[in-house]
Amino acid sequence: MFSEEKLNKVKEIIARYPAGKQKSALIPVLHLAQEEFGGWLSAETMDYVASLLQIKPIEVYEVATFYSMFNLKPVGKYVFEVCQTGPCMLRGSDNIIDYIKKKLDIGVGETTKDGLFTLKTVECLGACGYAPMMQLGKHFREHLTPEKVDAIIEECRVKAN
Amino acid sequence: MGRKLLFDKAHIEGIRYYDVYRANGGYGSAEKALRSMTPDQVLDEVKKSGLRGRGGAGFPTGMKWSFIAKPEGVPRYLVCNADESEPGTFKDRYLMEFIPHLLIEGLLISSYTLGCNSCYIYIRGEYAWIPDILEQAIAEAKKNGWLGKNIQGTGFDLEIYVQRGAGAYICGEETALIESLEGKRGNPRIKPPFPAVKGLWDCPTVVNNVETLAAVVPILRIGGEEYSKYGIGKSTGTKLISACGNINKPGVYEIEMNISVEEFIYSDEYCGGIANGKRLKACIPGGSSVPILPANLLLKTAKGEPRMMTYESLADGGFATGTMLGSGGFIVLDEDQCIVKNTLTFARFYHHESCGQCSPCREGTGWMKRVLQNIENGKGKMSDIDLLWDIQRKIEGNTICPLGDAAAWPVAAAIRHFRDEFEWHVLHPEEATKRNYGLAHYADPLQIAAPAAV
Amino acid sequence: MAEEKKLFKVKIDNISVEVEPGTTILNAARRIGGDIVPPAMCYYSKLQGSGGKCRTCLVKVTKGSEADPRPMPKLVASCRTTVMDGMEVANITSPEVQEARKGVVEFLLLNHPLDCPVCDQAGECHLQDLSYEHGADTTRYEFKRRTFDRIDIGDKIQLHMTRCILCYRCVFTADQLTEKREHGVLGRGEAAEIGTYIQQSLDNNFIGNVIDVCPVGALTDKTFRFKNRVWFLKPVDAHRQCEDPKCCGKTVLWMRGDEIFRVTARKDQYGEVEEWICDTCRFDKKDVKDWVIEGPRKIDRHSVISQGHYVGVHKPKDTLVEVLDGRQPKLLLDIHNISEVNRPEIDLSKIDGPAHSDDFNKK
Repeated sequence: MFSEEKLNKVKEIIARYPAGKQKSALIPVLHLAQEEFGGWLSAETMDYVASLLQIKPIEVYEVATFYSMFNLKPVGKYVFEVCQTGPCMLRGSDNIIDYIKKKLDIGVGETTKDGLFTLKTVECLGACGYAPMMQLGKHFREHLTPEKVDAIIEECRVKAN
Repeated sequence: MGRKLLFDKAHIEGIRYYDVYRANGGYGSAEKALRSMTPDQVLDEVKKSGLRGRGGAGFPTGMKWSFIAKPEGVPRYLVCNADESEPGTFKDRYLMEFIPHLLIEGLLISSYTLGCNSCYIYIRGEYAWIPDILEQAIAEAKKNGWLGKNIQGTGFDLEIYVQRGAGAYICGEETALIESLEGKRGNPRIKPPFPAVKGLWDCPTVVNNVETLAAVVPILRIGGEEYSKYGIGKSTGTKLISACGNINKPGVYEIEMNISVEEFIYSDEYCGGIANGKRLKACIPGGSSVPILPANLLLKTAKGEPRMMTYESLADGGFATGTMLGSGGFIVLDEDQCIVKNTLTFARFYHHESCGQCSPCREGTGWMKRVLQNIENGKGKMSDIDLLWDIQRKIEGNTICPLGDAAAWPVAAAIRHFRDEFEWHVLHPEEATKRNYGLAHYADPLQIAAPAAV
Repeated sequence: MAEEKKLFKVKIDNISVEVEPGTTILNAARRIGGDIVPPAMCYYSKLQGSGGKCRTCLVKVTKGSEADPRPMPKLVASCRTTVMDGMEVANITSPEVQEARKGVVEFLLLNHPLDCPVCDQAGECHLQDLSYEHGADTTRYEFKRRTFDRIDIGDKIQLHMTRCILCYRCVFTADQLTEKREHGVLGRGEAAEIGTYIQQSLDNNFIGNVIDVCPVGALTDKTFRFKNRVWFLKPVDAHRQCEDPKCCGKTVLWMRGDEIFRVTARKDQYGEVEEWICDTCRFDKKDVKDWVIEGPRKIDRHSVISQGHYVGVHKPKDTLVEVLDGRQPKLLLDIHNISEVNRPEIDLSKIDGPAHSDDFNKK
């Protein structure tokens, strides 16, 4: 269940569209729900969103499974989404991915045992000039080097404690 | 220094905020349009400017605007396409992050011209921090009477909303974007009907790229006539180019469309040459979907003329020896890069991003990816190269939206120009996993950019 | 009489037809009939919004219209492109179209299991027909095919996603025929699938129609599963007074002796349901006493189902002479010139018992 504050936010989002077009709020509300409920969308969460927007649950499932930013399984507290498309590859993203794998001892798509980190490879995030890069939460981490990756991991560990 | 129209004030500190933007002449064009011009007069200026869509297709903006249907009592919508997802392209991000008011002013003028009272900025979900910047700028503009009801006492109303996507390249296609904005899967619609007649919520809608809408501001400032004097021929004005890959100075550059590709790559004002003293091997000048060109065809056309950074010159020679300006995602490959690997990453990208509606794209993109994986990993066969060619040929042109073409072109161009490199991968599977093919003959006619003397 | 509407004149593969404005190329072709009709795997005239996805019905518009005679640059989906006055279209006369269609068939079969021998749809499968008519005789795909587990959606319908070609017809059916859609297209691209996300049974009195609209064996009738091959059954037109006002009660019973193996809606020559039927008629009325039998169902001669029962069969329209502008096809080789067997003067039906080589040896 959303808090009063979040429910107001949902109302505000729905008000952006003409009357009866509240389905348009689906993607923004799913973002909100994912942030609020542990970084992923469970079936219950999606059913809740469907009830908020008065649409059929299947309409939510269809959308949530289409867009790559919605996690349908639990993820770690910090998700490293490393870009691997052409421009990043030219700048050595493969090495960065390998480095993170070794450093955290996980494969792509896996989460560390302590539930802190998940490694994902993603396709172009629009930071090609600042490659290699990854998305961490709301922000991009650019010009990655092994040293920078170390620092980021350390930073996350400190924040988690 | 090349003349600038969008980034001319980008260096001013605090230009992101309303006060600084306004103090430097910001909202002057909007003032001019709303106070002293009719929508038709603004449209006329845009038509005169020769502005072409900056998202990739290069369709004349004035003409697109004039198509919008105006049935009585039906709202019209302007949608700003900020779903910048074409690999190599990151120019709109820069514009929105650093000069958000330029976009808002452009949206205001464009909405006024089209008669829209609601406008949506559809931004890719991964640019998660930019909606905050845009919403702050919208709030500032509203506070200062540039948005909301009765703007500047002219009686014109406009609300701008920011909508985040959630990770789907396909939503950069205008009808998929509209579907997504309606809260659905990003499946492109079959055209006709075109959005100008039946778009968002079945109402007439214009979808334009961020840069296109921002360019309306300088057009009104200097006049359409003057704007059209920038650049060469039908490539009028300036273009944002996001340069990346193996160059010394990756970044977003505003160029006047009258410089040569060679100048763009090698001059210190722009890319600053190839990184680490290497030589240029190939380049994809307009985002991942446009054909890759080897160095010799990139700098000079097949006729031997210098290739310019314009829509026409880059397309000179058609797909046989030319490419496209596209979205301006300029990806440079040096002599150490592997064309097969690069093509594979793009094939993987399009496979990942195919919406799955049309069978050729849904099935064909995955097939191309797997065949390329085999070739790259030393398991390829000679016949695989022809197979790839045949698959891409059967995807191209046979799908609802241009994603099929976008997936087919990079593979086609790589085979067309770099077939020997593919063959080398097949013939030397062991060696191909250890080292790269190198430069070969692609740069032979080039006198410049030789590596530093040993 | 109402004001007469101006009809559009369209030429498809050299055959002219006049149709109402707003008609699609595919429907104009269906008005002509015969082998110039493009195949359609996803389009369904009774389902709004269907079509455009499978790309099997691609045709070439060689002349846009009388007013703008320019040809269209790309092949177009004939099911979603409306005709213009004076339009000229090439389907079987365009090698480009045939080539593209062959490509589409290959793409559709790429991840298809080709498990026809154990598939209940075999014999009435549109993908089978399409592959026979337009496909290649071999595949060039050397990778592992996409597979899914079979799911029961309710106790009467089975979803075998591995066979699905993502035509979206079943989604439109559930959307337009029932009040509550519970299945849809999940995932994206190659990973897209039809599903309910959380295991759910489709519970609605009209949901059984998804079986009839499915062009392949992805949605099958569990009450008929592995019971019989469709071509061993005798299709019979029948009707009953159905309690559901939305159900027409007109069906086809698939029988063997007195036993009803399955009940389906009646389908037209393009495999489309003529009128929807309810699940009660489809699944629960398997007793002959429930039905008023009208007579044998007419089946196209080209269908394997017609084997063994020849009542009322009709030969498909042969358009070749028309396509060739009235010219007769030229006979390149008369088999009788070089062959000793099957001589035209020997009437096989007059021979007692099976033919023997001696029968042809009469010098």
